[in-house]
Parts: sequence; C-alpha cells; structure tokens
Amino acid sequence: MTREITTPIAKFIAEKILKQPNKEIKSDEALISSGLIDSFSLMDLALFVEDTFGVKIEDTELNADTFDSLNQLAGLIESRK
Amino acid sequence: MNTLPHLLQNAYQTVPDKTSIILQFAGQKDKTINYRDLIHGANRYAQTYANKGIKRGEVIILILQHGEDLIYSFWGAILHGAIPSIMPFLTEKLAPEKYRADLASLISITKPTTILTYPEFENEIRGALVEGDSVKNIILTSTLAEDGELSKVDFDSLQGMNSSQQDIVVLQHSSGTTGLQKGVALSHRAILNQLNSYSETIQLNKENDVIVSWLPLYHDMGFIACFIMPVILQIPLVLMSPFDWVRAPYKLLQSVSQYKGTLSWLPNFAFNFCAQKIRERNLENVNLSTWRAIINCSEPVHVESHNLFFEKFSSYGLNYSALQTCYAMAENVFAVTQSPLDKTPVIDEIDRETFMTQRLASAPIVGQATMKMTSSGHPLSNVKIRVVDESFKDVNERVVGEIAVQSDCMLTEYFNRPDATESAIKDGWYLTGDYGYLVNGELYVSGRKKDLIIVGGKNVYPQDLESLAGAVTGVRKGRCVAFGMYDQESGTEEVVIIAESESQESDKELIADAIRKHVTKNSAVAVRHVKVVDETWILKTSSGKTARSANKEKFLKEIGIH
Repeated sequence: MTREITTPIAKFIAEKILKQPNKEIKSDEALISSGLIDSFSLMDLALFVEDTFGVKIEDTELNADTFDSLNQLAGLIESRK
Repeated sequence: MNTLPHLLQNAYQTVPDKTSIILQFAGQKDKTINYRDLIHGANRYAQTYANKGIKRGEVIILILQHGEDLIYSFWGAILHGAIPSIMPFLTEKLAPEKYRADLASLISITKPTTILTYPEFENEIRGALVEGDSVKNIILTSTLAEDGELSKVDFDSLQGMNSSQQDIVVLQHSSGTTGLQKGVALSHRAILNQLNSYSETIQLNKENDVIVSWLPLYHDMGFIACFIMPVILQIPLVLMSPFDWVRAPYKLLQSVSQYKGTLSWLPNFAFNFCAQKIRERNLENVNLSTWRAIINCSEPVHVESHNLFFEKFSSYGLNYSALQTCYAMAENVFAVTQSPLDKTPVIDEIDRETFMTQRLASAPIVGQATMKMTSSGHPLSNVKIRVVDESFKDVNERVVGEIAVQSDCMLTEYFNRPDATESAIKDGWYLTGDYGYLVNGELYVSGRKKDLIIVGGKNVYPQDLESLAGAVTGVRKGRCVAFGMYDQESGTEEVVIIAESESQESDKELIADAIRKHVTKNSAVAVRHVKVVDETWILKTSSGKTARSANKEKFLKEIGIH
C-alpha cells in the first residue's frame, strides 16, 4: 500500500524537483532536513500530493517535523484518505 | 538634530496610536503594533541593555526569528545607542557546526560585546564562543528587564538620544563565510539621506501607503525598504516571515488585498514563484488594484518575469504599470537607481552578438538574435553613477563598463576591515563590481565583474562553495569550480559545481551526491547541477587561479546551451 504512494512521489521528486530522473530515493531517506528538497520546492511537493492523492497538506505542515521521508509522507497521506 | 532615536521619539509623541507594523504568522491572528507598543517594547530592551552595562557604540548581534522580540530588540538597541546587526537564524537544513563556525568568524571580525537569542538557542551560541573573544553578554529573551512603568518612556535617559548623525547606527552582513566577514557599517546620516531621497523618488505618502513584505531583515532590501524605512517614515508595514511565504506565497497577495497594500519589493525569482505556484482557490476575492509599485530588486531583472506575474494576476486588478525596477546595494544603504513609477520601465532591445563580443549595447540587426535589457531607472537625486573602464575612465553611452557609485548615503566602512574598505572605494567612488551601461541617463545592469552568484536574491560567494566541495572525499584538492547559471523557469540563478576526481566512473555519481549534500548542509544553498569530471577538465589561469567564467563557458558548451 505504502509503495503505491511512495513510488510516484519518489519519481516526482527525482524528475521535477531534483531534475535527476535516475536518482533513487530511499523510502527512509531524509528529504527536508537533509536539504535534498529545498524550501522553494516544498510547495511543488504539496501541490503534487494534493493533485495525485486528493489529500491536502497545509503550508504550516511543510517542515521536517511533520514529515521528512517518503515513508512518513505516505503515512500522513494514508491517515487523511 | 535628526537621528533615528529622535525620529522614534517624535513618532511616539505625535502618532502613538498609528499602526507601525502588522506582524503575520502562519496559522495565527495578525498582531498589530502601533508606535506606542513599538517604543514600549523597544524601551524594555534598551533598559535590559543598560542593566547589562552595554555601552553606546557596542555591537549587539541579534539571532532571533520573525516576531516581536526581533523588532523590539532591534529598535531597543537603536534607542540605547548600541549597534544592532541581525544574523539569520539557524535553519534545519544548515549544519549546526557550520553555523557556529560562521558565527565564530563573524565574532572575530565584528567583535560584538553582546549576543541576543532565545533560551533554547543559548547552547548553540556558547558553542561558537572562544576564550578571550569580545562577547561579554549573552542576553536571553526570557531574562529581560522588568516591564516597570512602561507607560512612561524617559527619552532623556536613553543613551541613543546622544548619538550624532555620523555615528554608526547599524551593521549589515551578507550571508556565507565571505559575506559575514564584511559588515557594512551605516551612519544615521547615510540612512536618513537614503530615506529622504528614496521616499521622494517613489512619492511615499504617510496617509495612503502600506508596505507589504515577506523579505528577511538580514538583507538590505528587506532591512531598509521594508523595515527601517516604513518604521522611521511612519508608513504602516505588513510583515510576514520568508519561511511562511515560501510555503504559502499567496499570502503576500491576500495581505495586499486585505490591508490595501500599495508597495512591495521582490527579487526577480519571486515574480516567477508567485506566478507558477499560486492556485486560483487561494485568490478568491483578492483585489490587487491598490498595489501601485512592486519593485524588482536585488538580482538581475528579467522582463519575462514581470510578464508572467502580470498574466497570472491581471484579472485580480493588478496594473502592469505597478511592475518596476530598482538597483540597490547595502553599501549605498539601499537604492542607487529607481525606475520612474509613473511609467513602465524602458526595455532596450539590443543585438546579442555585438553585446557578447564587443561589450556594446547596440541597435538590433534585422534577422539576428537580440536581447531584451530592462532599465533600472535613473540614479536617485543624491546619487551619482559612472560607468568606467579598467583604467577608471568614463565609457561612452551604450558601452558596458563597471558601475561606480558616489552619494551622501554611502557606507562609513566595512566594520573593522580597513583593508576591504580601501579596496572597494576609489577616489570617493564605490566600485560596485557590477557591469552595466547608460542610455539617456538610465542604467542597465548587465552582469558582474566580481564572482558572485545570486540565488533567489541571496548573495552566494563561489569560493565558499568551492572550499566546501573541495572537502568531500574523492575530490582533488583545489580542483573545484562553482558558478551560477540563469534558469528561465525559476527566474534566478542555479548553482553549478564542477569537481575533478581521480575515482572511477562508477564512483562519480556517489561523489556528486556527497558534494551536493555537503555543500547544501554547510551553506544552506541548494545545488542544482554537480558534475564530477576527470582530472584536467577544469581550466586555470596562468597564475593557477580558477577561471570561473571560462569554466562556465566550457560547461554551457558541453550541455549545449552555447
């Protein structure tokens, strides 16, 4: 179940945010606290999640305390579905 | 005699109920601060500084986030006659040890006696201190002087009231290891001359104008145009934090609509960012018709960014004539030039080839590629500019040269850096390190002499990034180069790092990842392109220095841009 969520997000991050389509992102890898996703791209990620899964992430939640890895983000999405 | 404390006193006595700052916080109610609140809050800090024995002219470093404490502690330092300097707060993506190292380097040059921060941040600060350094006090926001008789502010006892116009009133640093070592010291006189002249240029009006800003206060555009100017000239300011804005850019437009905002300053990328990332549902009932000037400043201006912004928001009442430009620098307090607000900035279409090869902005040639340059406007009435060649002689109109500035609002010095001050100022002219040309008295900024990357309005020194990349295992010592590359989509420069390595091809991707992580963690700059190459890829000058522009050309050719 989680994989169905993390796979398209990982693809989105690699292709659209990092512009390195071949980059593999591990599901427990730190995304925000590591600086992998910079703050200018957080909005893009939130909009992608909303469009793809119909789940809204508030702007006050766009930080490493709410989610930092693909797994944590998937958990957040599942809890709101 | 006017100084900043005198003007604060005047506001306190004549317009105590007037709104000074409306502070916005994500997910919370706005907090309105009038001049009475502002001076009371500042006075409490001034008393705290006095109780700690801090003397007039001592430097206080403020390490605080967006909020009332930052505002009150800053103006409290001004009332006390101490010299405040605002440092960026540690963000989660910056390595704490790097933050401490930068702070230690700032302390060693600026020699502050006092650092102000939150109790929970005290240990970070202590970690940056060394035996025998200048810091005598760490003041915590939890240990301020008692409120006492707040209703009575005794201006006569405030040491700042004894300041004279030529005294240094604030220090401004730009970011990174290099930037932190050059604190721009500004006097009361310089700031007031800038405010007088700039407010006249933009026809600032106490009755009608409202400034709306998300800009950080540790950068000249936010610090002067969207903090000191409105507070001193009694223009209401709606202030949100850059951290909130970047996660919810629509708030800028909602706030303009809600508070009938008239003026904002934005770096070029922010026009693209707003145009690309704001959804219609966040703009319901938004009315932007009061917004009379949105001034593009602090990184190269691209008219395409204005056009994107206008296309997106014109149906919400935005006027195209509101999109304006300014050329500014901390060394001149802020603005050097400003486009006239009663018309659209002039676009100068020039022949691309002549510009690139002869450094001349000449008329387009039919059938050949052109470039569109956007005017940054005329110099302010108190500012003179020259465009000079390498022997410091004026060049003709339309010839590209280095921009030199002279005014009555220049920096006093780079604080405790006579060497840097001396090399920046020649015969009373500040050499900006920027290239540009003049046409009909208007300035077109076209590039930079000094190696500096501007990412989202933030100055980044390539040597800082190169030394970080060079510390990654597998990278050949001294064989890294960093430069910026303009990205049309985001409207700003992206950072490129090229590093040589003797490792096998298969390890290069891993090294590139390691460079990306290490540089980001230690500079808070996102690195877009990292290329790990074989030894001998990087071009050096005959004296062994890294030739950044030559390497950039080589890289652009390889990826097929040139």
